[in-house]
Amino acid sequence: MENLIALLVAAPLLGAVVLLCGGRRLDAVGHWIGTILSSASFVIGVVLFTDLLGKNAEHRTLMQHLWTWVPVEGFQADVTFRLDQLSMTFVLLITGVGSLIHLYSVGYMEHDERRRRFFGYLNLFLAAMLILVLADNYLLLYVGWEGVGLASYLLIGFWQHKPSAATAAKKAFLVNRVGDMGLSIAIMLMFTTFGTFAFGPVLSHVGDASEGKLTGIALMLLLAACGKSAQVPLQSWLGDAMEGPTPVSALIHAATMVTAGVYLIVRSGAIFNAAPDAQLVVTVVGAVTLLFGAIVGCAKDDIKKALAGSTMSQIGYMVLAAGLGPIGYVFAIMHLVTHGFFKAGLFLGAGSVMHGMNDEVDMRKYGGLRKYMPVTFITFGLGYLAIIGFPGLSGFFSKDKIIEAAFAKGGTEGWILGGAALLGAAITAFYMTRVMLMTFFGEKRWQPDENGNEPHPHESPKTMTIPMIVLAFGSVFAGGIFGIGDRFLHWLEPITGHEEGNSPVSALTVTLATMVVLVIGVGIAWAQYGRKPVPAVAPRGSLLTRAARRDLLQDDFNHVVLVRGGEHLTRSLVYVDHTLVDGVVNGTAASMGGLSGRLRKLQNGYARSYAVSMFGGAAILVAATLLMRAV
Amino acid sequence: MSAQFAAAYSTSTGEAFQFWILGTVAVIGALSTVLMKRAVHSALSLAGTMIILAVFYLANGAYFLGIVQIVVYTGAIMMLFLFVVMLVGVTAADSLTETIKGQRWLALLCGLGFGVLLFAGIGNASLTQFDGLGTANANGNVEGLAALIFTKYVFAFEITGALLITAAVGAMVLTHRERTERPKTQRELSEQRVRDGKHLPPLPAPGVYARHNAVDVQGLLPDGTPSELTVSKTLRDRGQIRDVSSEALNDLRALEQRAEERLERTEIAPANLKRTEEASK
Amino acid sequence: MNPVNYLYLSALLFTIGATGVLIRRNAIVVFMCIELMLNACNLAFVTFSRMHGNLDGQVIAFFTMVVAAAEVVVGLAIIVSLFRSRHSASVDDASLMKL
Repeated sequence: MENLIALLVAAPLLGAVVLLCGGRRLDAVGHWIGTILSSASFVIGVVLFTDLLGKNAEHRTLMQHLWTWVPVEGFQADVTFRLDQLSMTFVLLITGVGSLIHLYSVGYMEHDERRRRFFGYLNLFLAAMLILVLADNYLLLYVGWEGVGLASYLLIGFWQHKPSAATAAKKAFLVNRVGDMGLSIAIMLMFTTFGTFAFGPVLSHVGDASEGKLTGIALMLLLAACGKSAQVPLQSWLGDAMEGPTPVSALIHAATMVTAGVYLIVRSGAIFNAAPDAQLVVTVVGAVTLLFGAIVGCAKDDIKKALAGSTMSQIGYMVLAAGLGPIGYVFAIMHLVTHGFFKAGLFLGAGSVMHGMNDEVDMRKYGGLRKYMPVTFITFGLGYLAIIGFPGLSGFFSKDKIIEAAFAKGGTEGWILGGAALLGAAITAFYMTRVMLMTFFGEKRWQPDENGNEPHPHESPKTMTIPMIVLAFGSVFAGGIFGIGDRFLHWLEPITGHEEGNSPVSALTVTLATMVVLVIGVGIAWAQYGRKPVPAVAPRGSLLTRAARRDLLQDDFNHVVLVRGGEHLTRSLVYVDHTLVDGVVNGTAASMGGLSGRLRKLQNGYARSYAVSMFGGAAILVAATLLMRAV
Repeated sequence: MSAQFAAAYSTSTGEAFQFWILGTVAVIGALSTVLMKRAVHSALSLAGTMIILAVFYLANGAYFLGIVQIVVYTGAIMMLFLFVVMLVGVTAADSLTETIKGQRWLALLCGLGFGVLLFAGIGNASLTQFDGLGTANANGNVEGLAALIFTKYVFAFEITGALLITAAVGAMVLTHRERTERPKTQRELSEQRVRDGKHLPPLPAPGVYARHNAVDVQGLLPDGTPSELTVSKTLRDRGQIRDVSSEALNDLRALEQRAEERLERTEIAPANLKRTEEASK
Repeated sequence: MNPVNYLYLSALLFTIGATGVLIRRNAIVVFMCIELMLNACNLAFVTFSRMHGNLDGQVIAFFTMVVAAAEVVVGLAIIVSLFRSRHSASVDDASLMKL
């Protein structure tokens, strides 16, 4: 069975190679090759999953050693895949959602002449992401980490003829680079501390290292997670990444890649457990991000950017849960999986809406679309109910557990974190209701554009609706399947460990409180957007609204602090370079030049002048000889 | 110093006398080699110095070297020098004005310093040994030299042979000029002359209408002025042309006068001849 | 008279020759000055030979003469070909440097 693991990666990798190198002759069938190969990977995943289910919990870790990558004495890097419960969860999520989105893209990208290349990139992403989650050591994980970064860059900038897309791709790449630097430093620290970077030895020898070192490693890992998962302070790229095609936003920037940071933290749980300071930082980052993303999501009129804010916020929940330690690891992953379903579904729904509305993204120009695209409306609506945590649906189970876990942290921290999580739930309910109301309810608000083309909203083709329906099923039932009877907890516990914590409030109280804030959030949204018509032009809004429209000034902050600061630093360095360094260099050169100009006169080309030098030299030699004899 | 070692180191009074006289001459010869304007004079001065050096060799018991110095150096090498001086057509006088700034002063300073150092070195050297060549030359100087050259120095001697051959070949290579085209025949040369239209006949010979017909005497044109064309270009370049026009005219007048006397004619010389005479002055 | 005087004479001639090399521009005269320096050396060799009572000094002087002869041949050939190409025997004219 172990030998199948490599096939998981090989299938999409083969697809990427074939599609990207195959040239135009594959244009006609390229998208089907990509879809079939990713589905093949999914099938292999399912086979492996059933195999794992058939084993005892202790024997559910499969290893496949392919070859030794760096066979240097004392520096052994193996290409080894590790399939355990955690990886298996991710494999199923990645290949399952990935295959659905491949199928969706067949319809969505139908009119794009570079569709084959798009599928090549998607397959490349799948391969890299699978390497990331299957790697048995941090160095191989790093390969996958960089691979998904590359695929993300290529796909955000897929419509590179749009300057905004090209810029967004560059922005994502650069911000991710900051995080990647954190990962590379963490790997180096691991190597100096433990002498290896394989998961097994590192995580089992955590006790040998000092807490300071572990905190350093953990903070560097957190930096990496922040970059990849768009957490404060490296969150600025995710909103712009929506410039990519919508299936990309759904797969990479909602369901899978952006959750890699959570995977990294959960996988390195042993390190974080031994570094409480770092854990505290993780929870703070998570709490801040979940509020940050939620507030941004409230103000955006662009449907994809509102969903991007939501993604940021939901990953904030996961990071918060991961920062809670063994109390929260399982729920972080559980929320990750359910979020993968409903957020992908929501994005696909948004893509379907845009598909029907001539790629219009401004929600103020939608309205009343439920009549025109019923399938999209229902699937999107189920995803909406799931994300706000409507009782019985996926989000209810996973988010509720996270809020409980946050309270269970105990002490003042527990109250603050739990409060933040509750507040986030209220805001989530508000902005998602807002999206729902502005898109599908009310009067139609679209107008003919300047060319007189009026959009004709219509339902999307089957290739697009089928994935949406499947994901809607996931949104509805996944939470129940996982949560009822703690199935997911028992599945994942051997890897991540679990503690109950001591919550100051009972689980029922938390659930009731969540219901209350949910109702409040929905109510406010309905009062604002459901009862009265939505203005076609955004009102000026309060100071907070305006700030939130500008992504809470994240870019302004980056501009003032980093860009301006960098410019000043550069300018002063240039000044130093010009005056001091160049001064010394040019001064040396000038004095050499002046000296040479004078010495040059000695080389006048007259043999007799040279003869004088020789004769003078001979005289000096004679004098020296005489002097030496005299002494 | 010399008094201290006088007994052991003295040479005969005759040799001392000879040294001081000839040594002075040798130094004068060396100085005039350096200072004479004409290369020919320099070469002759040097030859003189070399002959004096040959005498000193003889006085120092180096009979073979003394003779070789005269025969080879003075006789062959210096003649080669003179030959080259003639060959390259040295301009009449070499200007002694210095063109490189400071060169002369530097040279004199270096020379002076070097000389002082050499003298100081010789003065300080402990030259206490003075054996004379009596024993060494017992079997004859030439035999002694030969014994050394053909035994101890035989390899050096062989190598000098190679050196000489190389030098001879080198000199030939350096001075050899490859003819790239066939030399012009007389016919072609005359055709060339006709085509150019100047000097259709051969160039006028030197000494025409002049008393002398040596190659360095210019021929005179019918009006009595000398013509440059009559003398070879080399002599013209060297400035070695004798101006004999006035002399020739005087001679001509004297000849005519004698002829008049013999013919008993008392006519005086024509006026135009007088004018020419004044002009030539 | 002390035979060391021959050495003083030799030094004097050598110095005169060397200075001449530096002062004169005519390549042939420069060459003659070099010959003068060689002869001055020969005089020193011969004198030393007499002072030490063996003939080695004379042998060296003999070799010097042979080498000088070879040198003269080549040197004069060079002067002749130099004169052919430049129409001048001045050593200063051989300078091609810019100042």
